Amino acid sequence: MKRLLAWAAFLAGCLYFLLPLVGMTEFSLKMRRGEYSFDAYARVFEDPRFWETFGYSLTLAAATIVFGVLLVVPTAYWVRLKLPQARPVIEFITLLPLVIPAIVIVFGYIRLYNTSSILPLTGSAFGTDILLMMGYATLALPYMYRAVDTGLRTIDVATLTEAAQSLGAGWFTILARIILPNVLVAVLSGAFLTLAIVIGEFTMAALLNRPAFGPFMQLLGANRAYEPPALAVIAFAITWGCMGLIQLVTRLSKHERAKV
Amino acid sequence: MRDTAPPAARWRLPVEWLGILPFVAFALLFLILPTMKIVIGAFQSPDGSFTLQNLIDLNTDSIRNAYWTSVKLSLITALLGCAVGFAMAAAVVFGGLPRFIRSPLLTFSGVASNFAGVPLAFAFIATLGPAGLVTLWLKTQFGINLRAYGFNLLSFWGLVVTYLFFQIPLMILIITPALDGLKREWREAAEVLGATAGQYWRMVAFPILFPSLLGTFALLFANAFGAVATAFALTGPQLNIVPIKLFAQIRGDVLGNPNLGYALAFGMIVLTGLANVIYIVLRTRSERWLK
Repeated sequence: MKRLLAWAAFLAGCLYFLLPLVGMTEFSLKMRRGEYSFDAYARVFEDPRFWETFGYSLTLAAATIVFGVLLVVPTAYWVRLKLPQARPVIEFITLLPLVIPAIVIVFGYIRLYNTSSILPLTGSAFGTDILLMMGYATLALPYMYRAVDTGLRTIDVATLTEAAQSLGAGWFTILARIILPNVLVAVLSGAFLTLAIVIGEFTMAALLNRPAFGPFMQLLGANRAYEPPALAVIAFAITWGCMGLIQLVTRLSKHERAKV
Repeated sequence: MRDTAPPAARWRLPVEWLGILPFVAFALLFLILPTMKIVIGAFQSPDGSFTLQNLIDLNTDSIRNAYWTSVKLSLITALLGCAVGFAMAAAVVFGGLPRFIRSPLLTFSGVASNFAGVPLAFAFIATLGPAGLVTLWLKTQFGINLRAYGFNLLSFWGLVVTYLFFQIPLMILIITPALDGLKREWREAAEVLGATAGQYWRMVAFPILFPSLLGTFALLFANAFGAVATAFALTGPQLNIVPIKLFAQIRGDVLGNPNLGYALAFGMIVLTGLANVIYIVLRTRSERWLK
């Protein structure tokens, strides 16, 4: 009886999750009348705006990841090593982006960094790109910080630092050649999650008026019939790829630990 | 020379704090100050003086409706997300399903909880929209016209069905570790003392899980309340919920008063903030039990 109920709950859930995935895939193949074809995908890939916006979002994601790692790894390391009393405050700040909706944060950016302010970031395209990257770094902060901090918990930060220092290493060497390789799995997990969040992000990019992939998808969705589900399939594949890579690096690292 | 204090007792520049300076600068510039700008703006009149008029002005039919619809949408999707997510997680953890299901379910939940925004709206339009897979299938196979039964994807309930696609997986991701934390000994102890399965759930498991459940509920609420992209791609700018209204206000000052926009955003912070305070408080309480 219990097993029956369990199977019923599980299968009903599966049905709910599978139907939209089947629906979007089937719809994306229906562009040619009467038979299945990849025409919608061909149309999407022919569109130069697809490659422009996708490339733009990918570049921005890469910049966000580099910036996020440079910001989070030294901070989390330093807090663990020297400032354990600051930990609750830092953790609270990193959780704030889950509390304050993205649309409110970007609203603040637009008002704070407009052309008549001290720091007129929205005045130029490059300045707005920087602002958008900062916005994405903010969105990714809770995940990135938590991943890196968990990674640091598994290593003995104080001993590693002292050992490196007594061998004559400076702070940069310690961070780049001791700490970073030791938390690489955590950093990579955070990086792929950041990629998954940034690549299709709509709200911030649309309100800052930058040609990102999210607003492009929305625009296509408002005007076309068969290309949007094709884009949804592509976006789902990217998200799946990011999560798969996270699992892969975690599993590979477990193998390495087991060998030692 | 004799009266110089030993170096340890002398006040030193707290150099350790310099290490988190970049982080503090980032958090101030791109998280705290922008939010403060909105909060302060909500209490300012156009000439910069203090006022409560903006918050009072929120009390119009249209804005009240928007808040009410948003709160309703967030509550319902959080409630259903919790219930269904709990059922699926419980089925996998206790229901005697084969063990190999567990890891794919968690992986899939990770993917689905991140598959939000514009593409999610496309997926549901292709499935439950006017020409969607399920809509057509029901019509041709069973002669059921969803529209005739009052279901419209581009409406409140359509949004509920769509939001559940990221709400349920989030619940599964958070609650599965909590269910794993229920110790076998507790159940055995209850059984030895003569408790039925129902009594065990009602008097042992549920009180332990309650903070986790309510906390996750608060997180799901905030998650739905702040979502813009899915609703915007699904219904366009016409659906009257707070994030969509704020989006239109930021783009083109549709309310005709910039400070009213601040107040609208401030209201969002208050509601999601409240939900998350509940979450954080209950989460620390539940973690005491689940070690």
